[in-house]
Amino acid sequence: MSGRTITLRIKRQDGPQAEARWEEYRIPYQPNMNIISALMELRRNPVNARGEKSPPVSWEASCLEQVCGSCSMVINGKPRQACSALVDRLSPDGSPITLEPMSTFPIVRDLVIDRSRMFDALKKVHAWVDLDGSHNLGPGPRQSPEVQEVAYDLSRCMTCGVCLEACPNVNDRSPFIGPAPISQARLFNLHPSGAMHRNERLEALMDVGGVSDCGNSQNCVEACPKGIPLTESIAAMKRDTTLHALVGFLQKP
Amino acid sequence: MDTNRIIVVGGGLAGLMTVIKAAEAGAQVDLFSVVPVKRSHSVCAQGGINGAVNTKGEGDSPWEHFDDTVYGGDFLGNQTPIKGMCEAAPGIIYLFDRMGVPFNRTPEGLLDFRRFGGTKHHRTAFAGATTGQQLLYALDEQVRRFEAQGKVKKYEGWEFLQAILDDEGVCRGVICQNLKTMEIKAFPAAATVLATGGNGMIFGKSTNSLINTGTAQSAVYQQGASYANGEFIQVHPTSIPGGDKLRLMSESIRGEGGRVWVPSDGSEGRPPKGQPWYFLEDWYPAYGNLVPRDIATRAIFKVCVELKMGINGENQVYLDVSHLDPKMLERKLGGVLEIYEMFVGDDPKKVPMRIFPGMHYTMGGLWVDFDQMTNIPGLFAVGEAEYQYHGANRLGANSLLSTVYGGMVCGPKAVQWARNQAKIELKSSVVDRAQKQQEAKYQALINMKGTENPFVIHKELGEWMTDNMTVVRYNDRLEKTYNHLFELSERWQRVNIDDTAGWSNQVVPFTRQLFNMIELAKAMTRGALLRNESRGAHYKPDFPERDDANFLKTTRADWSEDGPRISYEEVDTSHIKPRARKYDTDKAATAGVAQGK
Repeated sequence: MSGRTITLRIKRQDGPQAEARWEEYRIPYQPNMNIISALMELRRNPVNARGEKSPPVSWEASCLEQVCGSCSMVINGKPRQACSALVDRLSPDGSPITLEPMSTFPIVRDLVIDRSRMFDALKKVHAWVDLDGSHNLGPGPRQSPEVQEVAYDLSRCMTCGVCLEACPNVNDRSPFIGPAPISQARLFNLHPSGAMHRNERLEALMDVGGVSDCGNSQNCVEACPKGIPLTESIAAMKRDTTLHALVGFLQKP
Repeated sequence: MDTNRIIVVGGGLAGLMTVIKAAEAGAQVDLFSVVPVKRSHSVCAQGGINGAVNTKGEGDSPWEHFDDTVYGGDFLGNQTPIKGMCEAAPGIIYLFDRMGVPFNRTPEGLLDFRRFGGTKHHRTAFAGATTGQQLLYALDEQVRRFEAQGKVKKYEGWEFLQAILDDEGVCRGVICQNLKTMEIKAFPAAATVLATGGNGMIFGKSTNSLINTGTAQSAVYQQGASYANGEFIQVHPTSIPGGDKLRLMSESIRGEGGRVWVPSDGSEGRPPKGQPWYFLEDWYPAYGNLVPRDIATRAIFKVCVELKMGINGENQVYLDVSHLDPKMLERKLGGVLEIYEMFVGDDPKKVPMRIFPGMHYTMGGLWVDFDQMTNIPGLFAVGEAEYQYHGANRLGANSLLSTVYGGMVCGPKAVQWARNQAKIELKSSVVDRAQKQQEAKYQALINMKGTENPFVIHKELGEWMTDNMTVVRYNDRLEKTYNHLFELSERWQRVNIDDTAGWSNQVVPFTRQLFNMIELAKAMTRGALLRNESRGAHYKPDFPERDDANFLKTTRADWSEDGPRISYEEVDTSHIKPRARKYDTDKAATAGVAQGK
């Protein structure tokens, strides 16, 4: 246990209504350590920097390879995934690393948040292909590799919530659904069968809290850990909703 | 009983497919998951999904896929369900295509296929190198559609604690705990399906997600469900070692032309000193870098541990794609190469990756019949949580297939079972008894005031299991490990829970999972100890040959307080006669391939 330690300053909160407080921890340094491996080490010895026993910090994580979207938190002021936040890069000089919950979402406890609004938004924008059934009906429609590549980029969204946290227009005073579901609407509108319900998605995006609430800050695309072209999606949906509003009635079958 | 209501526990591919099939059959489904289902471990699968669609003019067929799978599993898999799976595979890929999975395409706009281990055919459909994520999202979307229609109710953030068993031992629902409010609640149902994944966390660090503890399987194993082939653990040849987990580097890297090598020592038969020695290509000319995982893993172990030829003397070998077209790599492998770059810092397009084998997959699991039902009537199991599709070694890209196929079989069977329960009157005493049992357990847990830290015990469990229960196994060490597991059980009794909060308490559920992990580890280790042969992923240098006379058998472990009771059961070999398994020559050169055609 001798030698180098790292310092974590963690914003803690016992429950949704409880007061938040900061607590500091020192953890033995290990090469290639990331924020999750540091939090794991802390659980094995839950003692704060003053040497007092401190109830283990609650946090979310699962896959640890930035594909499940669980471990989003605000690290040194930036919303991101904790598993890919490497200590050597966050604090090369040993300065304290701060961890906070993503406060755009209701806080459950410590770093655990409730992101159910994002899953509800997926229902709202009709983020699925309307399948006749799961029985064997042969292959789906052919698609060009170009369309596949655009769709693939969009389909990697892991509903982590980082784009909502980064967006200045998503907050408790605004009904804005945020960048992620808008991009999902675009994804399904790109698919040949998905496009058959294109209008439903566009109309959902024209509703209260829809695409027009985007204020063009472009924070989302900067923050997205998967590099999803969110601003392109928002622009595409702004264009499509505008067209739909102007001439949509002509497109009705 | 309400015969139209079924419960599915686990929202990965297997669970979601079960939900879809049950909802389509008109049932009302309650879906339980510890995490939002979109974060299930299926999301981690990278390389692809197998199905003999035969679009490359190679003469592939479901029979060939079936034969590769049975042969790859060293003949321990029951052949009838495997055959059904391989026959359904092309239809399953088409189904995902219809759901909108962005599979890679050929210039003609058709689905593209790539090669994977243990086959000579291009049989693996893929969406970049994040196929599991895309497939999971497709099913998640379909289930959300049913949810919006009111046919499915999700309980996300609830953990399965035990099955409700009536006086006849029939499963009548589940007891679950809300991980936020800590409420313990009974959910009666006419049929229950466990789709709770693998158990990598028993090995401490693995390629699995943190949620893959095997706790649900272990809970029902302790209630009387048999656990089958627990000793068969897949160690993936290529992962990045890390302090918190071993990060998978997909087999598809080799499928697209990646090569495994170490610098040669220049000894006879090998290239000049310092030159790359492609040992898999050297030892297995017929399959080269695409030998099945158990073979590749043992070869890497041999190079590093026995020959001491790992890079810089360490337990590492190179996985090299730096000779391949960077544009192709981006398009077909981007998702996985980016993981390497993110966690190691080197660009694999320029510098060979350094990798080592890591625990990856649980071939064993809950014993089920061909209808996916465990030996507890009314309790079903699907996906990695059960044992039946992969025998002694799973072929790459067969796991996604088996999860989905299992769900397709299980959904309708569970609904059918439920509808036959009309005459059953469920006594409230049965439900109360189970709920009270779990409430008492919870109270005992939250009041544990000993001296042990559960996370420290878990780390030790993982180290013992990784050291003794993975690639190379010796009976004396297995015996020691088995005894040590009982010591860990004892130490578990002295845990200090450290967190007494009745809200979003993470230590209590973990401590409960830890107990269950240790119990399951006993079944796995005992099974390994008693299997004195080498077959697939189970390798004992003291018993280097496969022994069909004594061990062409499924291991069944049944729980008892003093340890698992092991028995054996015949394997279904009704379609392909077992033959020797080797990958230095073409499969066609081994006997019996044409059989059954």
